[in-house]
Formats: sequence, structure tokens, C-alpha cells
Amino acid sequence: MARHALRRVLLAIAQLTLLSVLVFLLTSLLPGDAADVLFNDKTGTEQIARLRHEMGLDQPPAQRFLDWAKDLLTGDAGTSLTGGQPVSGIVAHSVGATALLAGVTAVIAVPVALVLGLVTGCRAGGRLDRTVTAVTLALGSVPDFVLSLALVAVFALKLGWLPSTWIGATTGDLLTRPGLLVLPVAVLLARTVSQLIRQFRAGTLGALNSGYAQQARRLGVPRTRLLLRHVLPNAAVPGVQQLARTGDALLGGVLVVEAVFAVPGAATALIEAVRSRDVPTVQALTLLLAAAALFLNVAADLVSHRLSPRVEVLR
Amino acid sequence: MPDERTRRHILGLAGGGCAAALLSGCDGSASAGATRPRRGGVLRAAFPGAGAKETLDPHKQRQFVDIARHKAMFDKLVELGPTLRPVPRLARSWESSADSTVWRFRLREAVFHDGHRLEPEDVLYSLHRILDPHAADHLAANSLSALDLGGCRAVGKETVELRLKKPSAEFPSLLAVTGALIVRRGYRDPEKPVGTGAFRFASFQAGRSFSAHRFDDHWAGAPYLDELRILSAASEARNSAVQAGEIDYAHEMSPTFARLIEGNSRVALVSTPLSGVDGFALKTDRPPFDDPDAAMAVKLLVDRERLIEVISGNRAQPGNDLYGKGYAYYPSHLPQREQDLAQARRLARRSGLFNRRLTFYTSTVVEGFVNAAHLFADMAGEAGLRVEVVSGPPETYNTDQLTTGDIGNHRCGAMPIPTYISERLLDGSPQNASAWKHPDFDEDFVHAQGIKKETARTRAYGALQRTVRDEGGLVLWGHPDWLNAVSTTVHGVKPAPPNTDKWARFDAVWVD
Repeated sequence: MARHALRRVLLAIAQLTLLSVLVFLLTSLLPGDAADVLFNDKTGTEQIARLRHEMGLDQPPAQRFLDWAKDLLTGDAGTSLTGGQPVSGIVAHSVGATALLAGVTAVIAVPVALVLGLVTGCRAGGRLDRTVTAVTLALGSVPDFVLSLALVAVFALKLGWLPSTWIGATTGDLLTRPGLLVLPVAVLLARTVSQLIRQFRAGTLGALNSGYAQQARRLGVPRTRLLLRHVLPNAAVPGVQQLARTGDALLGGVLVVEAVFAVPGAATALIEAVRSRDVPTVQALTLLLAAAALFLNVAADLVSHRLSPRVEVLR
Repeated sequence: MPDERTRRHILGLAGGGCAAALLSGCDGSASAGATRPRRGGVLRAAFPGAGAKETLDPHKQRQFVDIARHKAMFDKLVELGPTLRPVPRLARSWESSADSTVWRFRLREAVFHDGHRLEPEDVLYSLHRILDPHAADHLAANSLSALDLGGCRAVGKETVELRLKKPSAEFPSLLAVTGALIVRRGYRDPEKPVGTGAFRFASFQAGRSFSAHRFDDHWAGAPYLDELRILSAASEARNSAVQAGEIDYAHEMSPTFARLIEGNSRVALVSTPLSGVDGFALKTDRPPFDDPDAAMAVKLLVDRERLIEVISGNRAQPGNDLYGKGYAYYPSHLPQREQDLAQARRLARRSGLFNRRLTFYTSTVVEGFVNAAHLFADMAGEAGLRVEVVSGPPETYNTDQLTTGDIGNHRCGAMPIPTYISERLLDGSPQNASAWKHPDFDEDFVHAQGIKKETARTRAYGALQRTVRDEGGLVLWGHPDWLNAVSTTVHGVKPAPPNTDKWARFDAVWVD
């Protein structure tokens, strides 16, 4: 297992290096650069040319990439081309909000989905199963922006129970006013929990119908022990993999949720940086999010291996 | 100073007592001014944000949220009034030499937030900083490039003398452009802003929030509010937050939002008519629109009422292919241009428009651009023209549209008419989207700017605008309203076109 983990880490480093080159190339291929985007009725072409020089955008792309990579290796992620502030600060402020939302969503989603997936899998076809399946299908198919606006309309504007946005809220406010988290987390939970429940339910059904579970039943293993020792670990494998994929999506930020609730998160920062052609910020955010995604996937693999060692054997 | 406070108080009462008259554009509750001004409280104002691009440097401001923030902390020498004429701010008064090349500005007794009194040297330092050749992103640099910095000087403790390289009777208006704010001499660190504005800096986080506290020694008297917070948020969030009472002022709202809050007792709409222009730009430096008949055919086929209904939600006034309706120098005597399909077809046939496919280059850079392009294509189709709509990237649309397509979208906010001509209709203008390049026009404009007598100058500008209206490539079909929303607990917010003195100014605003 240690060898497998080491191999995955080395592969992840190679993937991140390749990704940084790709992101740089793709950003360079976008029409215009940071200086062009600042063009308006007050800036003439001569002023734009001087701005491009100040930003170092008149250097060859390879030179710019090497300079950026060299600085990154010394721990300096660079300076925003458009705002002038350190990129590390932009990343810290935006990723913090997203990590908080993703963390709270995962903490609620995992136990709820695990219990409901296990129960509905054990009672497949029953009333509870049919109800949960109908609700999760419905929630999973409602677009995020529809759900967001509906929740805001009812719980913030009509009933006045919850704040509708994070406008002006600080990190301290998030800790003292947990109500701020309720609506965005509810929207994120809808899709996350629906997907996880379906995966856990399918895993439970598969494990219950497997040969080893039937053999255990024949040998008279008590039902609770059968479920906890034999069914649950195997049933959780697809759910863990789904959780890793959901974690990627949540950490990448959910743009609609960020826009509707004014959450200053990673997706908003990344899109704003791409719009501004702020290459250092785009590079830093994509690398960090990619590193998080790789970490989650490696962790999911290792957890799956721990839960069901035959996953590694099959590999 | 006590006298000045009284002045603010009187102005506040006037704002309350005459609310109905002043808020002529206020759609919402007329109570937005019905109470006596009171000290204290916090105002939370939300603007469209720009993430990390937002800046505290008053000479680099780019977005409305930056401008609002800087307006709270700094002052200009001169601001623009409701008709886009220059009005005094830090400059109490001004006068020029006979040839309009030397200008003297008498300064107010203003104090910076660090206790220093405003002196001519602060003005000179600010102008040098704006025109610093190593700072390419100082917005006012282009407009103030006519300044001969070497010839500018302090005259005593109250007056600054500014010398120009060429005559300009419009110079005070140029000092009111975006980014021409006065900083304390020696100001270098944008993170530590020291201005003469009504609010003192407290905190700032780009793309999120800014807060400032009341400056008791402000030259016009202390503002009513204890604290001003300027917040960044996308349109959906502003919509919800102002209805939920989480913010008190929401900037730049859509006609759809205006319909949504009709009858809402908690939110009022502050609507400012004639806040700019919407239109199309035809490139006149190449076929087919180098022929004025072809351009006129397009101007006559456009159904302005339909565009206003569909694109502006009926919240605009019809345009007459002229910029600046309601502003100084606007030639209001010219008859309104109406749709005339028969004449449009005659001119189109004569100029060969029926024989070619026209490209309309549009983008999602501004809400409504793509819809307006398609609506125009439909109208042109009804007149027998073939128009293909091509959409480009929003980030570089402003630059791309200078060279791409036969037709493009055009939108411009409020600015003085001479500034509009200077920035969009001269050979070297940064945003000459209609590619209107005529040396004789440029010369006439320079001449008009130098005419000291206002009536003669107005006539000269009128002639230039008529030329563009009849021969140029701008189809200016509407003057949209500018919509802001305020909570009904907020008072003293007045309709004002963006970029003018009273717009986004919270000095005289109070909350219940």
C-alpha cells in the first residue's frame, strides 16, 4: 500500500507540472491579455502598450512561464496583473470560503447519505426506499439556480428566517452567524446527498446480493454484524469514489451558489481572473484546486483499499 | 466650520422637504426624504464587484465600485453637475486667461484626514502623480495630457495656476474626469489613503468590502452617517439583499428588477433619466458605410420605440442619433428622427446595401447587446437587408469592435458632450467605434474648444454634432434610465447620472 501511495504522489507531481504548462498555454491562447482587458474610453493604444510593458507581457511566453515557475519554487506565487496584490492573498481569501462550504456540506452529507443509502438498500422496493428515491431524483434534477432562488424567495424574502446573501460578511461573521451558511449549504447538499445516497444504495444492494453475504447468512451471522462487518465496507466503496468526485466539484466552487449568495469563493475568483487574463492568479488557483482534487482521489483510493482490500488486488 | 455644518443641515432639510421635486425620477416610496436628517447609523451600499481588480488607488479606479469608494475618501477640484457642466468642489472658483491657456483655481479651506490643510502643492503633486509617465494605468492621464506641468505653479496659499499646451475653454470639465482626485502630497502607499473626503478610511478587501467612518472636519460639514460600507456583489445577490434588508442601497439594477419590486413597501427605486446612450456604430472608414447614404438608410430603418420596449424595458427616451440629451451643448432644436422605411429602402438601393451581407459584431459584454443586435437584424431584414450577427469574446470586445464587423453595439455613460467627441469621434480617439476620421472635423473641434464665449462655443459644438448626426455612423436610438434601489429607511439619495457629483455620494444621506 505504501508503494502504491508513493507511486500516486509521484504521478500527481507530474500531473501538476503538466497541468501548469497546459493552463499557461491555454490562457495564452485566449483572445487578448491583461492589458487589453483594461482598455476603455480613457486609455489609448499607446497607454495600453506601456501597460503591457509594465506587466511584462511583452516578454516571450516561454520566458514568462519560466520566471513564474522559478518564483513558485521559492514559494512566491507572484503578483496579480490587474490588482497588484500578492496572488497568495487572493487565493487564501477565495479558497477559504469555498473550503468552509465544502467542508460543512461534506460533514452533513456523508452520514445522512450513508444511513439512508444503507437503509434504502436493505429495504429496496419498500415505501421508504420509493420515497427516498423519488425525492433524491427530484432534488438531483432541479438546477442549482432554481433551487437557490426558490430557497431565497421563501426563507429569506417571504419568511425572513435566514439571510439571503453573504454580502459584506467577514470570516468572523460566518462563525458567529451560522445562519449565513444554511441556504448555500442546503443547495449544495441537495445534489451531493442525492448522488451519494444513490451510490451507497447501489453498493448496499450489490453487497447484499453477493455470494459472500449469502454465505454469511447461511452460516447464521447475525444481521447487524453482517451489515456492519461485511455489507457496509463493500457498499461504501462506490460512495467513497463518488464523494471524491463531489469533493472536486465543491472545492472547485459552485459558481451559481457563489453568485446567488455572494460567496467570495474559488469559482468566482477563478472566473474573474480568467476574464481579466490575470495569468498568475489563474495558474495559482488551478494548481491548488488540481492538487486538492488529486489529493481527494488518492485519499479515496486508499480508503477504498482499506475498506475492501480486493480493490487493490483487482488493480 | 459651524457655518458649513449648518449648510449641510439646511441642504438635508431641503432634500427632505422637497423630496417630490428633487426625486423626479424616484419610482418608489416618496418617503425617501420625508424625515428630518439625523446623525448616526451605518449605510450598506452594494455595487457590482470586480474581484481582485478593485483598487484603493484613486488614480487607477476602473469600476463604479472603485469610483464610489474613492468619492467617499477623496475630492476632485471640480465635479460635474446634473447637466454635465463643471461645478465647484475643492476649487471654490476659477478663471482663465483670455486665450484659455492659463487657469487659476481658488481652493477651499479643506483639511486632509491627517489634519493637514489643503494647499496648492497638494494639487500639483496629485497632477504630477496622475501624469506620471511610468504609471500607464492612471485613467485621467489621457484627458489631462494637455497640461503643461512645468508651467503649473502655486500662487500663494489658496490658488493654483495651471497652464495648458493648447487653449481649452473646457478645461474645468477635464478636471472632473474619472480618476482626477486630489491626494495629499507625498501619497505613495495606496493601502493608506488620505484624502479630504467626507469619510475616513477604515478597511478594504478587494472584491468584498470597504468601510469608512465619518470625517468630522469635512469642508462641507460632517456627513450624517457614522459609517459607510461599500460592498461588492453580483446582480442576483444585490436583488435579494436589498429586498431582504441586508443592504440599504443597491447600485445598477435592471428593468426586470424594477418591475419585480413594484408595490414593495420596503424598497424604492431611484431612477435617473437620460443617463447615457444606447446605439449602434457603423464603420464609416470602409464600404458600405463610407457612403453617408448607406449610413442614413440604417438610421431610417431603425424602430427606436421597439428597441426601447424590448431592450430597455420601456425605461429609456428615444434617441435622435445625438449623444447627451439633456446635457450642456445638446442641440435640442433638431427634429426627432423617425423610422421611414420607404426612404431607407431608396437610400439602401442607391448605396448598394441590398447587394451585400452586413456583419453585426456583438458580445455579451453588456446585458442587452446580443438581443439588440438580433432585433436590429430583424428590422434590417424587414427592410430587405441581410445582416449576419457574429458574437465575440466579452473581455476584448471594446478593442475588437474597433476593427471587426461592419456594425457593432454602442453604449456610453454620462459625460460632457465635448469629452464624448474627444474620446469617440476624433482620428486619435481611443474608442472611435464608428471610425469617424475627418481632419477638418478634428480641427473644428479643437477650434470650438478654444472659443471663450459660451454662446459661440455652443453654436460650434452644435454644428459638429449635426454633421455626425447626418453623415456619421452612430445610430443612437435610446437614452436609458439609470436604476438604483434604496431601502425605504434611507433618505437623501437623489437621482444623478453616473459620473456626476451627486451620483454615489453618501455625504448627505441618512438612515432611520
